[in-house]
Amino acid sequence: MRLRSGLGRGVAGLAALCLLLELVPRVGLVSPRYLPPFSQIVGELADQAGQASFWTALLDTLRGWALGLLIAVVAGTVLGILIGSAAPLRAATGSTIEFLRPIPSVALVPLAVLLFGTDIRSKLLLVVYASFWQVLIQVLYGVQDVDPVARETARSYGLGAWAQVRHVTWPTTLPYLMTGVRLAATVALVLAITAELVIGNPGLGREIAVAQSSGAVAAMYALVLVAGLVGVAVNVLARVVERRVLFWHTSVRGEAPA
Amino acid sequence: MTVAARLARRALVTLGLPLVLVAVWWVASANSESFYLPPLRRILETFADVWLSARLADDVLPSLLRLAVGYLAAVALGVAVGVPVGASRALRDVVEPVLEFFRAIPPTVMVPILILVAGIGDTMKVLVIVFGCIWPVLLNTVEGVRAIDPVLDETARCYGIRGAARLRHLVLRGASPQIVTGMRQSLSIGIILMVISEMFASSNGLGFTIIQFQRGFAIPEMWSGIILLGLVGVLLSLVFRAMEGRVLAWYHSLRRSHRDGGAA
Repeated sequence: MRLRSGLGRGVAGLAALCLLLELVPRVGLVSPRYLPPFSQIVGELADQAGQASFWTALLDTLRGWALGLLIAVVAGTVLGILIGSAAPLRAATGSTIEFLRPIPSVALVPLAVLLFGTDIRSKLLLVVYASFWQVLIQVLYGVQDVDPVARETARSYGLGAWAQVRHVTWPTTLPYLMTGVRLAATVALVLAITAELVIGNPGLGREIAVAQSSGAVAAMYALVLVAGLVGVAVNVLARVVERRVLFWHTSVRGEAPA
Repeated sequence: MTVAARLARRALVTLGLPLVLVAVWWVASANSESFYLPPLRRILETFADVWLSARLADDVLPSLLRLAVGYLAAVALGVAVGVPVGASRALRDVVEPVLEFFRAIPPTVMVPILILVAGIGDTMKVLVIVFGCIWPVLLNTVEGVRAIDPVLDETARCYGIRGAARLRHLVLRGASPQIVTGMRQSLSIGIILMVISEMFASSNGLGFTIIQFQRGFAIPEMWSGIILLGLVGVLLSLVFRAMEGRVLAWYHSLRRSHRDGGAA
């Protein structure tokens, strides 16, 4: 019941936003040169959806996002488990990680341009650098959270290093890893589109920059709308994956109505 | 182990790897002939020439000022909107999908739109930072206010704590751990937007200068800019952590005592 009324209100909120975006330029509060009416943006979007170039750009963005995220997750997980499992290693790398993590990934833009131009690798460099730390930090937290009794028990039963990682470290780390993946998925999308915008790699970001410089205002808004929708889709997807992977974990099981 | 020995050990553990990495970079690049990877010695020499000059006032300061103005405005707005939204379920139901959508827009794509609306001056750059930084603060404030302990709320009501006092001592205090979490996320977004807005269209600023160096193939200068940006990121995160330690000291010690109490 509560869910349904909440949903209804949410739809009403979104409808009100669309109406506002339609009325503000029509009434003349903001010049349509700066903000075309919502219906015009949607019309432009439908137009774009009929063109192959739009879908190519969308796919380019998604490919850079997925590839970069994959590299970051694999590297973050492997390094996180390695570093986290050995106390001396964790102590020795702590300060370096704390130093490298807050370096804004966009600082690497000029370097990426020089080394790779508009090749997908320059986009990947930014995406991977930004999302890698999100994963690594969460995995480090997760490995630290392993129950010492469980670890000692595994050791006394003679589990090898690999079996310990597989049966003790991994299940404890997984919820942390999924949090890291969820954060990294959002960051990776931001950086993928940012790279396209400023470096000019093929993708949605470049289309937006082109629309802006050619004065195609409605097209620009339509593409920004798409970027937002892709962002929402990434958030939803990350949450679904998290719930699926952690179906056995109490944090997810507990949410089901008793 | 004596205190001195322990301190020395800690210093070795903390500084060991960074020193080794810098040394490796220094040695490996010492005779570098590569155009793109100049020797570290040259980068550091350039660093002093480039940044410890008029550029500090002309480029670094305006960037940081814009960041500060945009970031603080975003925090103030985010909290101001987040508190009423968090306090009312009906309002929350209505605006939450809208907020989620705005949050999901990669903030950098607002740069072209805001250039259209506000030109390429300081206003645009500050607005870009505000637009990007507001959502994590706003959504975390909503969560924080929503999750305020109902017992505390009713106690406050019984004691007749209302209005400004309730806002200050109950609502803002109770939501502050969440608000600070949002502010931390916003800070890194803000730095990104500071740089990007200047790379796009500008006549001064850190991002602008670094891109100019890159376009002019002034490679050691470009590297020194990358290092400076990294230092800015690290420094701001240290400042933030110090601020967080002060503001949330009560919260961290509360959690510690809860944990210890639970274990005993």
